Amino acid sequence: MSEDYRSMWKDLGLDLTAHDALLAVLGKGYQDIYLSQKNRPEGMAYFDFVMSEVHGLRIKELVDEKQAGRKIIGSYCVFVPEEIVLAANATLVGLCSGADFAVEEVEKLLPRNTCALIKSSFGFKLGKVCPYLESADMVVGENTCDGKKKAYETLNALVKKLYVMDLPQVKSEQGKALLKAEYNRFKTEVEKLTGVPITVASLKQAIQTVNAKRAAIHRLSSLRKANPSPISGLDALLANQVFFYDNPARFTESVNKICDELEKRIARKQGVSPEKTPRILLSGCPMAVPNWKLPWIIETSGAVIVGEESCVGERGTRNLTDNSGNTIDDLMNAIVDHYFKVDCAIFTPNPDRFNHITEMFETYKADGVIHYSLQFCQPYLMESMPVEKALEEKNIPTLRIETDYSMEDVGQLKTRVEAFVEQLK
Amino acid sequence: MKCAGIDIGSRTIELVVIEAGNIVECRQIDTGYDPISQTRKLLNGISHDRIIATGYGRGLFEIAFDSATVTEIKAHARGARAFFPNAQTVLDIGGQDSKVIALDKNGKVKKFEMNDRCAAGTGKFLEIMARALGFHIEEFGNESLKAEKCLTINSMCTVFAESEVTSLITKGEDRLEIAKGLHASVVRRVIGMLKRISVSGEIVFSGGVAKNKCMRELLAEALQQEILVPEDPQMVGAFGAALLAGE
Repeated sequence: MSEDYRSMWKDLGLDLTAHDALLAVLGKGYQDIYLSQKNRPEGMAYFDFVMSEVHGLRIKELVDEKQAGRKIIGSYCVFVPEEIVLAANATLVGLCSGADFAVEEVEKLLPRNTCALIKSSFGFKLGKVCPYLESADMVVGENTCDGKKKAYETLNALVKKLYVMDLPQVKSEQGKALLKAEYNRFKTEVEKLTGVPITVASLKQAIQTVNAKRAAIHRLSSLRKANPSPISGLDALLANQVFFYDNPARFTESVNKICDELEKRIARKQGVSPEKTPRILLSGCPMAVPNWKLPWIIETSGAVIVGEESCVGERGTRNLTDNSGNTIDDLMNAIVDHYFKVDCAIFTPNPDRFNHITEMFETYKADGVIHYSLQFCQPYLMESMPVEKALEEKNIPTLRIETDYSMEDVGQLKTRVEAFVEQLK
Repeated sequence: MKCAGIDIGSRTIELVVIEAGNIVECRQIDTGYDPISQTRKLLNGISHDRIIATGYGRGLFEIAFDSATVTEIKAHARGARAFFPNAQTVLDIGGQDSKVIALDKNGKVKKFEMNDRCAAGTGKFLEIMARALGFHIEEFGNESLKAEKCLTINSMCTVFAESEVTSLITKGEDRLEIAKGLHASVVRRVIGMLKRISVSGEIVFSGGVAKNKCMRELLAEALQQEILVPEDPQMVGAFGAALLAGE
């Protein structure tokens, strides 16, 4: 990394020594898990570049945007509507929460039995190693699970400006009205932050930009129906992860370019693994960068992941936002409709998620489902049991995994996953 | 054709060689701190046409000997079914993990459960508890069966259970009754795993802990059915791997 970045990181308030250590681990992890894969599409070079510059060039872009007067908003959840952020001429970035960091510091503020994702978001703040968080003019917390909403009370004292968005937990008319009220409140807040009033034209344009990004992911997902799969689950997951960080237009273009290449691969019957490789649908908690542990275990155990039923995956990108309205209110309603369909496990009851898992299992011609929950993530852990039961009633082989970001259980997980793959063969 | 199976576990390594369906060689050695050297010792003088490795050290063996591997789950399922053709459930308790495997009518793995990352409810737990109470591991089960009643041990964590045992000793409780209570606590945990995969039909008990008579009797009592144990339950994984090598 060039000296420019070091002074930039220093200006952002990062702890350079700790940050160097993080980048070293991240670089090694990426080398071992990503660059060691065989038969990767050439287009993945773009994502390799993005990852190599994830705290460099992309941050420089954000800093340049800030200098030009644009605001940066950080988010931890798919419920924060990027459409509204873009329409007010701001940039939305996903914040780091996929690795353990500064654990001792975190445990001064949060109970040990808190899920790894929440702990990680605190670790990156307390360890001063997330340039996205430090670039953000406003951080949006959202009342999803109990862990997150209580943690935001503490995070409030740690970050410059925390904005907390309430979310419904029931898919009722009242729930929808709450979401609408919250999105309107968020719109006002974003307009206040940027000083840019959202117009019909800017909102339409923003919806189009985000939809294009989602459509590119749909295209990528659809190509994974092919047998043999033209792309590894790890690489597809990476695209879904970068979705939250990258410049939207460039991301869309890069994913579409990979899709062009994958179409040619499919025509040649070229896959990342042989045709008989067992195909896995991964379902459950979101996987933020660099949480690649389970997909890596699965794909080094003789299976290929063909879909992610996850917020970093199809749960977040499944639908497009209707762009046909001609008033702010119409467009805001369309945004509410869009996000209200997200079947996060914080909703009760949550039958859509069961249906989507089965639907994805069929669409992507999977042979089995691996359900992934983070330890102490009550909503997904609770759902994992009825999900397993419902899938087994349909004779869909299912493996339930509960883990965190540490590496101490890799041996155990490998045995479980390998045995599951043997079962599918 | 001579087919070998090697099961590299956390505590011991077993080797079984079969020829024309008969076991012609059966060996065991401690895993120690250098499993590959131990494996070489174990394989010394053995000839085989095919070999498959299983157990937690299978990955090491695969690299060192360029051999095929299967998981312990598949190996135990295959081995148990060879000893007991009607087996529908396999319970394997080894040195550092325990697993329950449900088989379909053809003997294929239908579903399995494994203990979590710690050693609760495994051979290691019993070994540490035996030591804490001054028993040799080989006699721990038989001695425990002499207890008139069974004390309740609540801690499943090896570290907490050891403190619980210490506090029971200082309260003057009978060491045999404590010992039986420890066995009962492992059985409770195992029953929980068996229930999760809704156990049915014949149950085969394999792994080192199956040699413990107290475990066998408490399990049979809790499940109200006979527990089938092969003559040498520690060899089931290696035997299964040898059979798979021949298939």
